[in-house]
Amino acid sequence: MSPKNVWTIARKDFRTYFSSPIAYIVIAGFMLIMGWMFFYTLSHFEMQSMQYQQFNTGKSPSLTEGIIRPVYGNMNVIFLFLVPFITMRLFAEERKLHTIELLLTSPVRLTEIVLGKFISSFLLILVMLGVTLTYPIILFATGNPELGPIVTSYLGTLLLASCYLSIGILFSSLTENQIVAGSLTFATSLFFWLVNWAAQASGPIWSEILNYLSLIGHYSNFGQGLIDSSDVIYYLSFIGLGLFLTHRVLDSFRWR
Amino acid sequence: MIQVSHLTKFYGPRAAVNDLTFEVKKGEIVGFLGPNGAGKSTTMKILTGFMPASSGSAKIAGYDVFASPLEVKRNIGFLPENPPVYPEMQVQDYLQFAAELHQVPREKLRTAVDHALTKTSLGDVRHRLIGNLSKGFRQRVGLAQALVHNPAILILDEPTVGLDPKQIIEIRELIKGLGGEHTVILSSHILPEVTATCERIIVISKGRIVAEDTIDQLTTRIKKGVIYSLVVKNPDPTGVAAIRNIPGIHTVTQAGPKLVIEVQSGTNEIRDQIIETAVKKEMGVLEFSAEKVSLEEIFLQLTTIETPTQSTGATV
Ligand SMILES: Nc1ncnc2c1ncn2[C@@H]1O[C@H](COP(=O)(O)OP(=O)(O)OP(=O)(O)O)[C@@H](O)[C@H]1O
Ligand SMILES: [Mg+2]
Repeated sequence: MSPKNVWTIARKDFRTYFSSPIAYIVIAGFMLIMGWMFFYTLSHFEMQSMQYQQFNTGKSPSLTEGIIRPVYGNMNVIFLFLVPFITMRLFAEERKLHTIELLLTSPVRLTEIVLGKFISSFLLILVMLGVTLTYPIILFATGNPELGPIVTSYLGTLLLASCYLSIGILFSSLTENQIVAGSLTFATSLFFWLVNWAAQASGPIWSEILNYLSLIGHYSNFGQGLIDSSDVIYYLSFIGLGLFLTHRVLDSFRWR
Repeated sequence: MIQVSHLTKFYGPRAAVNDLTFEVKKGEIVGFLGPNGAGKSTTMKILTGFMPASSGSAKIAGYDVFASPLEVKRNIGFLPENPPVYPEMQVQDYLQFAAELHQVPREKLRTAVDHALTKTSLGDVRHRLIGNLSKGFRQRVGLAQALVHNPAILILDEPTVGLDPKQIIEIRELIKGLGGEHTVILSSHILPEVTATCERIIVISKGRIVAEDTIDQLTTRIKKGVIYSLVVKNPDPTGVAAIRNIPGIHTVTQAGPKLVIEVQSGTNEIRDQIIETAVKKEMGVLEFSAEKVSLEEIFLQLTTIETPTQSTGATV
């Protein structure tokens, strides 16, 4: 595997994001929703702490509990909606435009192509997360938040969003139609997100399995400032599996 | 440089390419000629490692296409049927991307791109978005992409499709100039295309090779030939057989009431004999005409006529 080839493809696709309106719309939408959410949470938190100081009632709110957890928790939901737009074109468009023929007849490996695509979308997620760094900066400027939960929230969000990305890339490789790819990505991500709902209604073994499969279930530790290696392993395996299946799909579609 | 042996490709139960065997030597320009659906693109996709064959083997620059695809791809420039271009990219950026995909070293990228632009006369549009270019220009960008890493072997699927006459001539000249140093295999379904650029043609039809020869030989072989076309009321088999048995007659192909008769050299004698035979067998001559055989007709016969009495294919 050659990192240079991966980078050639990643850079091409990353640039492509910015030559179509999609990236701008996704980033602008993300900033708007997140900005609104952050300031809403912030003012809500302020009200709570004021009440606490005045009447000494309720529980003492901490920045981590009152702001960081809800804000980054909600960010995960927003990625659930936005990632399909980020990944839907990656392979579907290459197939539609026949440019996949250029990629597959160039001396690059399928693995390099898949990784390149993943990295390009990962970079876009990084850009979006980069924009939100203003929130911790504001918190540090005005208060005294814990650094740990912020760092782990970012790590968890990055891993969770990458899972959506790998689902999205897989579906993008399965069809020439971007809309189909995007819709299936959303549906599947939602399924893995909500699968633990079914856990409550099923037997103990199933409930454990379903809970384990749930994407969001593995996030809660990160939100509290904890890094559990089993969560990291789960996310990394999820990403790896999605990319591996994409590789298989692309390979098999040549055989047809 | 290119060795193809018993190559077969099935799409489901249908063979798109059937037992293809041929060879292309270094520096040769070979034309792959065949009507729509003959299997030209399929063969090229297999040669470039885009898709595997069902059976048979192909070697390019000494490497097996299936066993060492990366080495094969390093030696190939490929222009697919649809130019594989990104509409949202600038011509120059696109060519640079194509060069990087082929691992052109960083310090040589600029010159590689510039060369490709010059060769395909795209210098003026280097900063234009490919999506805004006309079809002919896009085709040229596709061609530039195949050339940009200066590959030893070029595989071009209908390189001049969509170009205007002036550009066709330019691109043909360009391709001709590639011979010697590069090995070129190009496909087309129009004969003048290959006669203008290639030294040798391989005619394929329905996935099989039906003729393979140098242009010169094909031309001399039928230079003196004449094709008679005879339309009769009653094309009964004994009559057709009788005509076929006239000495000097090369082939007779029947399409309904029409007999296409190819002779070695058109003499009055043979013409009289054909008509006499037809009259004697009471076939009822409706029409009789003669025309000089052109390569075009040979090609048409080789590839389009399909009758039980077909004898053309094997004669070339
Ligand atoms: N993906 C596919 N699935 C099924 N059949 C296919 C596929 N691609 C091509 N074929 C069939 O294989 C045969 C050969 O196709 P191919 O594209 O190789 O022909 P061609 O010689 O390039 O024709 P053209 O001059 O139209 O480009 C055709 O009958 C075509 O319908
Ligand atoms: Mg074709």
